[in-house]
Amino acid sequence: MAHRYKPDLTWDDVTPKEIYLNRRQIMMGSGALLGAGLLGTQARAAEDAWDLTPNTFEEITSYNNFYEFGTGKDDPARHAGQMTTTPWSIEIDGMVDNPGTYSFEQIMEGMTVEERIYRLRCVERWSMVVPWNGFELADLLNRVGVQDGARYVAFETLARPEEMPGLRVPVIEWPYREGLRLDEAMHPLTIMATGIYGEPMPNQNGAPIRLVVPWKYGYKSIKSIVRITLTDEQPVTAWNTYSAQEYGFYSNVNPNRPHPRWSQAEERRIGGGLFSARMPTLMFNGYEEEVASLYDGMDLLEFH
Amino acid sequence: MSEITQTSKPGRPLKDSINGALRRVPPWTLYMVGAAWGGWLFYLAATGGLGVEPIEALEHRYGEIALQLLVAGLAVTPIRQRVGINLMPFRRAIGVLTFAFVLAHFLVWAVLDVQRVSAMWADILERPYVTIGMAGFLALIPLGLTSNNWSVRKLGAASWRKLHKLAYPAAVLGALHYVWLAKGFQIEPLVYLFAVLGLLALRIRRPAARVAR
Repeated sequence: MAHRYKPDLTWDDVTPKEIYLNRRQIMMGSGALLGAGLLGTQARAAEDAWDLTPNTFEEITSYNNFYEFGTGKDDPARHAGQMTTTPWSIEIDGMVDNPGTYSFEQIMEGMTVEERIYRLRCVERWSMVVPWNGFELADLLNRVGVQDGARYVAFETLARPEEMPGLRVPVIEWPYREGLRLDEAMHPLTIMATGIYGEPMPNQNGAPIRLVVPWKYGYKSIKSIVRITLTDEQPVTAWNTYSAQEYGFYSNVNPNRPHPRWSQAEERRIGGGLFSARMPTLMFNGYEEEVASLYDGMDLLEFH
Repeated sequence: MSEITQTSKPGRPLKDSINGALRRVPPWTLYMVGAAWGGWLFYLAATGGLGVEPIEALEHRYGEIALQLLVAGLAVTPIRQRVGINLMPFRRAIGVLTFAFVLAHFLVWAVLDVQRVSAMWADILERPYVTIGMAGFLALIPLGLTSNNWSVRKLGAASWRKLHKLAYPAAVLGALHYVWLAKGFQIEPLVYLFAVLGLLALRIRRPAARVAR
């Protein structure tokens, strides 16, 4: 069931590694001159909300929210290196035909890894475009056999205090938990990502395996997954537990539903420099055509 | 400067030598350091030195420095009264720099971050953390404008001091502004809030110790 989604751009549109590394060197060189920020702005002047030109590997791996390593944007890049990702296993349990603890290698067996270039919209009003490598979550769920009556999928992130300094502070309830409705989980856009730019998933981005749900705010795309549970009840999720009014279970990107503390109508694409313009946020993060039917008849302001 | 010795007990050479050293530092050096610091951060932001999201980074850095300076300004009097170290000559510079960094924080927010007047108004009216931040900024404007000898003479020392008590609500609003915008339970914003409240509490408990300048 792989390849169910055809993105607007193909892998051929991704900047080859030599060039993006080279571009970074040019930027760093010009950084010695005042006004280099303006160069970045010019390079992206034509950018609009639909633009799917991927962010650089540097941008994607240096600006992260992974609170297990600290709440600063650079904390994950600094501290996530200590996380042991081999060996890795995921416990798959609940309403499945073949529950058990699956090693990373067992999970990857028979999975078709594709390249998916997706927009990523953070609830904090910034966005990126990331060239992920991953497989459709539906393929994994079908392999373990979802039982009749299962309606939701719950996910859990690793919580290993000796490798995750951020766990010392109860920013939210650990371990980090997320969840999807089963039809959202089975949707062709929903992937389990194992890499970026053809490289294995960097630790700060959720190594070795994470969820990516591109039409939802970034925090739904849970990182470094150690447990997947099929259930008939709506799962408890981390941010929803912290503040249900601010972080709904669905958390679909919706410019019409402001976060109680800030508007969600606009966003800023990372990489535009100090003089970067804001761009409008798109309904379902630009994936309305693909996913709107999942929510037919639902009040998206109430079920946010 | 006669009050320097007001709380001193006999024979504290360390304190005295600190005060002696401080007297040799001209307050204008603080303005130089502050201006260089703010300019350097802007340069870093423009050249990639503050990471891939320089607008947010610069906005937060300026705001955080403003909060640190607010705390420093509020600490001057308690330190003099309780520790005996006299930072009075630097208090105006600390205050003016506080205002400068709050202004820089506001300008980065308005010009680089929000970018549109209509969106600024919407934020100020609808988002409480922006509302209180803006209120704190407004409270500091008269202080910034009157931080000069001419204004002190014009207003008279008593009413000038009364006016400059606006620094107290401004500090509380600034700290609340930071606490309110944090995502999840975070310690750092609370540290600033408790520092501000603690320094204000010291003033409440010792009304008699208020010494005329």
